[in-house]
Amino acid sequence: MSAEEAEGPDQLPAWSLTADQAAMLRQPAWPQRITREWAWGGATGKGVRVAIVDSGVEPDHPLVGPVQQAVTIGDVEKEEVLPDTEGDLCGHGTACAGIVRSIAPECEIISVRVLGAGYTGSGPVLMAGLEWAVDSEFDLINMSLSTTKRHFSEFLHELADDAYFNGTMIVASAHNMPVESYPWRFSSVLSVGSHDQAGKTTFFYNPNPPVEFFAPGIDLDVPWVGGTTLRCSGNSFATPHMTGICALILSKHPELTPFQLKSVLHATASNVEEADRE
Amino acid sequence: MSDDAMMAAVAAGVLPAEDAHRALLTSVAETARAIFGAKAASIFLYDESTDELVFEAVAGSGADELIGRRFPSSRGIAGWVLVTRQPLVIEDVTQDPRFAKDVASDTGYVPKGIMAVPLLHEDRSLGVLEVLDRPAQAAFTLAEMDLLGLFANQAAIALDLTQKSRRAHAILDGGDPSMSAIARIAERLEAMDADEGAGRRLLESLADVLDGGRGGGTADSESFRPRRRRRG
Repeated sequence: MSAEEAEGPDQLPAWSLTADQAAMLRQPAWPQRITREWAWGGATGKGVRVAIVDSGVEPDHPLVGPVQQAVTIGDVEKEEVLPDTEGDLCGHGTACAGIVRSIAPECEIISVRVLGAGYTGSGPVLMAGLEWAVDSEFDLINMSLSTTKRHFSEFLHELADDAYFNGTMIVASAHNMPVESYPWRFSSVLSVGSHDQAGKTTFFYNPNPPVEFFAPGIDLDVPWVGGTTLRCSGNSFATPHMTGICALILSKHPELTPFQLKSVLHATASNVEEADRE
Repeated sequence: MSDDAMMAAVAAGVLPAEDAHRALLTSVAETARAIFGAKAASIFLYDESTDELVFEAVAGSGADELIGRRFPSSRGIAGWVLVTRQPLVIEDVTQDPRFAKDVASDTGYVPKGIMAVPLLHEDRSLGVLEVLDRPAQAAFTLAEMDLLGLFANQAAIALDLTQKSRRAHAILDGGDPSMSAIARIAERLEAMDADEGAGRRLLESLADVLDGGRGGGTADSESFRPRRRRRG
């Protein structure tokens, strides 16, 4: 296929690049200094679709607001995705959705409930829920959970890479325990640990991965089931902070790929000099 | 007799009895309670056969009544922690009306604060450690979160040993007389001086037999299904 026949960069072959094709890849240049003002100043998250893969999200919680879509997994073998009317079975999904909305109030929330079937069936349901979210091409997938099962790792890795190359950023909680777990360890997801400082948009880039970013995760007031709030701590609450910041950036710069999004996050991290001076 | 059964029989002969494991887990719960200055601490074991969490060891309030109580692994904070493998710290859980009602009806004791951490060993989630009502005036810290993770690792190893021992004893209790015989031999050998030549040689031969019979991967090492892309 010649460059002329191609409708856009999506149609370009992935393995080589001619001079003509290079012209088609022209991208808007970034300012010399990427500031927080440039990255998300005035942004609300509007137009960005965020999937919360968790325990469900309570509909119409005052600190969460409307949930645009709620699904759960039916028959795993048939990859059945059903509308979910259960709300939140634990409270955790509501907390995550509330944290995202507290940063990006106008983003869309899609609840993908993968918990509630007990431990035994949880692995395949989690895989099916995440796969549906990736195939639905949401902009962001918040995944404050992980699996230690090695036989899921290959599937998860492939899923994470597919998401990354298709413009979906999976934001996943890191483990602060000495265990091998997934998908947070994959470089195609954005992994998050906790810091204990104030400020919803205070976050740090970690030059010593596998944990790539640290966000607030200690002593947070978060929405919970029954229209309530609870004071909670854990990496699983740090994660939706990064998801919220990503939603702000993508609502202002919808063209950014996950790679570029990570680059903007690095440039605007609280421990990167320019960002600190702002 | 399968290799697994033979190994279980050997293990049952040399492993400590149920009481010793219960004491180990109770000691882990008591230590967790002490290091966090908490009112109580519990260890839940995941029971695969019923998909439930079982109170396995309790330190502090309600210890005697709670051991052996069960609840579905799909429920509540312990269930979320077990399935997601993520630790969770909640300071005022009584704000969650559903939680308070559920727990009160189960245990008669409603904690205000909960630190829950999964007990992970190799690639399995064996259960959950909960530390209840740490001092309310102290804010939770990152150092405590790390300590909780480290401590859970130790508890998981204890729980793994307990499960293996129970499985071994269960196979032995299955009634196969040849396994009972192996267990008795293992027990005697264990009691012998380690340097006694005959005993050591017999053990080595047994190890050779077991090693020779092994082969192939387990179902757990196989990959999950291939990814089916819906996009073009």
